[in-house]
Amino acid sequence: MRLIFRWLRENLFSTWYNTLLTVLVIWFLWVAFSGLFQWAVRDAVWSGGAAACQQARQLAQAEGRSWGACWTVIPENLKLFLAGTYPAGELWRIWVCVYISAAMLGLSAGVWRGLVRDVVVALGAAALVLLVLPFSWTERLWMFGIVLALVVPLGLRWVARSRIPRVRWILGGGWLALPILVVWLIGGGGPLPKVESTQWGGLMLTVLLAVIGIVASFPLGVLLALGRQSTLPIVRWFSILYIEIVRGVPLITVIFMASLMLPLFLPGHLRIDQALRAMIAFTLFTAAYIAENVRGGLQSISRGQIEAAQALGLSHWLTTLFIVLPQALRAVIPANVGQFISLFKDTSLVFVAALLDLFNIGRSILANPQWLGTDREVLLFVAFVYWVFTYAMAHLSRRLETILGVGER
Amino acid sequence: MRKKILAVSLVILLVLPLLSSSQGQPATTLGKVQARGKLICGVNNAVPGFGFVDPQGNYSGFDIDYCKALATAIFNDPNKVEYRPVTAASRFPALQSGEIDVLIRNTTWTIDRDVGLPFNFAPTTFYDGQGFMVRKTSRINTLKDLNGATICVLQGTTTEQNLADMARRLGITIKPLVFSDVNARDKAYDEGRCDAMTADASGLAAARIKLSKPDDHKILPELISKEPLGPVVRHGDDQWFDIVKWTVFCTMEAEELEVSSKNVAQLKTSQDPRIRRLLGLEGDFGKKLGLDNAWCANVIEKVGNYGEIYDRNVKPLGLERIADGKPSPNALWNDGGLIYAPPFR
Repeated sequence: MRLIFRWLRENLFSTWYNTLLTVLVIWFLWVAFSGLFQWAVRDAVWSGGAAACQQARQLAQAEGRSWGACWTVIPENLKLFLAGTYPAGELWRIWVCVYISAAMLGLSAGVWRGLVRDVVVALGAAALVLLVLPFSWTERLWMFGIVLALVVPLGLRWVARSRIPRVRWILGGGWLALPILVVWLIGGGGPLPKVESTQWGGLMLTVLLAVIGIVASFPLGVLLALGRQSTLPIVRWFSILYIEIVRGVPLITVIFMASLMLPLFLPGHLRIDQALRAMIAFTLFTAAYIAENVRGGLQSISRGQIEAAQALGLSHWLTTLFIVLPQALRAVIPANVGQFISLFKDTSLVFVAALLDLFNIGRSILANPQWLGTDREVLLFVAFVYWVFTYAMAHLSRRLETILGVGER
Repeated sequence: MRKKILAVSLVILLVLPLLSSSQGQPATTLGKVQARGKLICGVNNAVPGFGFVDPQGNYSGFDIDYCKALATAIFNDPNKVEYRPVTAASRFPALQSGEIDVLIRNTTWTIDRDVGLPFNFAPTTFYDGQGFMVRKTSRINTLKDLNGATICVLQGTTTEQNLADMARRLGITIKPLVFSDVNARDKAYDEGRCDAMTADASGLAAARIKLSKPDDHKILPELISKEPLGPVVRHGDDQWFDIVKWTVFCTMEAEELEVSSKNVAQLKTSQDPRIRRLLGLEGDFGKKLGLDNAWCANVIEKVGNYGEIYDRNVKPLGLERIADGKPSPNALWNDGGLIYAPPFR
């Protein structure tokens, strides 16, 4: 208690003008945020469907005061926000994907510890927080499953530590196979009924597009960066041409071309999956930017290191692979993560490709006559989800930088 | 030499699948749709009452129902549709390039679009137009009563231009209060900062639901612009144009003859020759379109007639076809509206 008082006195009320400023700021904050508080918390409707919101509104009007937020639009449309127009009967497949990813993460955390374990702890905590929020019991059960999927493999790994030989290799292979497995589970084929990619939507589509875009564009970008530095003229000119053309075109144009103009160049009956086109467009676009980031990193490696490696008898490829690239990539982590964050947000442009991602499914919900007028609630929620994901990416990159010692030599 | 063989075989590898698979492909839109097993319908996913996604994830709305009607005419199954949400900017390229088979997305039929673009416009399914919303207590009943009124309007739209034109035409003075955002405009009207609000009638209806007391407001029956909305198809396939056109007419004729989804099964024994021809019991109209003779009966059974489609989607917005005894353009022609189908004979 005394500590708090001392801190207050030293920092907020040390002189008469500081006191005045403090009071003014508090007054200003109150004026600015009391309305928001009233709307978002005090008068808000949290459950009971569209009818409850209508009732609260009519009551407020009868009393002649303003009415609060209608947060119930979020849980009522949760399925839409999470999976869009994905068939309700096949939703379990998305949960299975989430569980497999969580279990892989848990197992990896047991093997590698360090950063992965922090991620697992953060995800577990987030899932526990979600459990407390007003979701239905079945939804809570599904979410509790995430916690289990994270924790159980982690524990298993500790029990059977290093009993399995080459566990790291197996896990690495598993991570490589994961995107294929996920796309198969979601899209169907073979024994599973097919779900057209035009039915994918919501947060699931946003994450899928972003993850596949990131995973595929990174190696491509590195190759392009190396290509631009190459001594082979064809490779170099191709890389330069590609990077400069793609960087000179807005992303929305690339998606527009891929989704609408492609059929003009292909024979009439040949149709390429909509989501696949969007993924390819995002990948090709982001790769050009990644390439330039990585080139910046490559050029920051001093000539002396390369000469030293050559003096030791390392070949050109070995030098690149073990001396130049690790340092170059480490140096450009902040720039690349910035690119990935921007890719995550740019996925909302898939609307041009006739796909309903998180943002655009929100717009569809707003056109439902039942939920007319809930624009602020829906858009705030969508913005919050985007923020959670991008902030997590930013935080992760900062941790990675600390671990790898970026900024130190 | 080896390089040459490699290059030649590569070219063959690339070209062969294109050649081989392009043989025996149907040339007509109907053939393509049938071979694909579903219709691809360009829609809007965010217009209240006309196109949106319900909480279960299904598309719903007035325009959506016409996609379903078309799928039912072809496949006798309203669910064989793939919906493609298209934007105002992407709708025409999407139709032109063949990404979508038909565009049913609140698209106004104008001479510029009909003549300037390679498209045909099927009959209008909804006559929209710029209208006015006023308070029921305000004693504004006609456009002339708006003299001296303050009117809330969106900035920089054709709506604003139409408003000025109307004032000049009628020789009245109005005070436009301009907003850049729909929600701000609605709020200002709700707070009584203007006497009337102007937008397209369907937009006014959606705005009215958001007001604090929707029942205290009415939409004037007079409209100051014409916005006929309906399906659009590509040039160059008259059979497909006929199918889309007559599927729309089928729903209208059904309402006129009082055939609905509820009584269509019983009416199959009807002796009325008009109904018998509509339901495909007489004549070969379905066959001539390349469809089943019962195509229209299927549409009525699985989707409904025009009145049912209207009541299901647009009526909840509070847009009546006949308000206070005055028919809107969307009433049947024999009620004084514009919904009119040529005879089925």
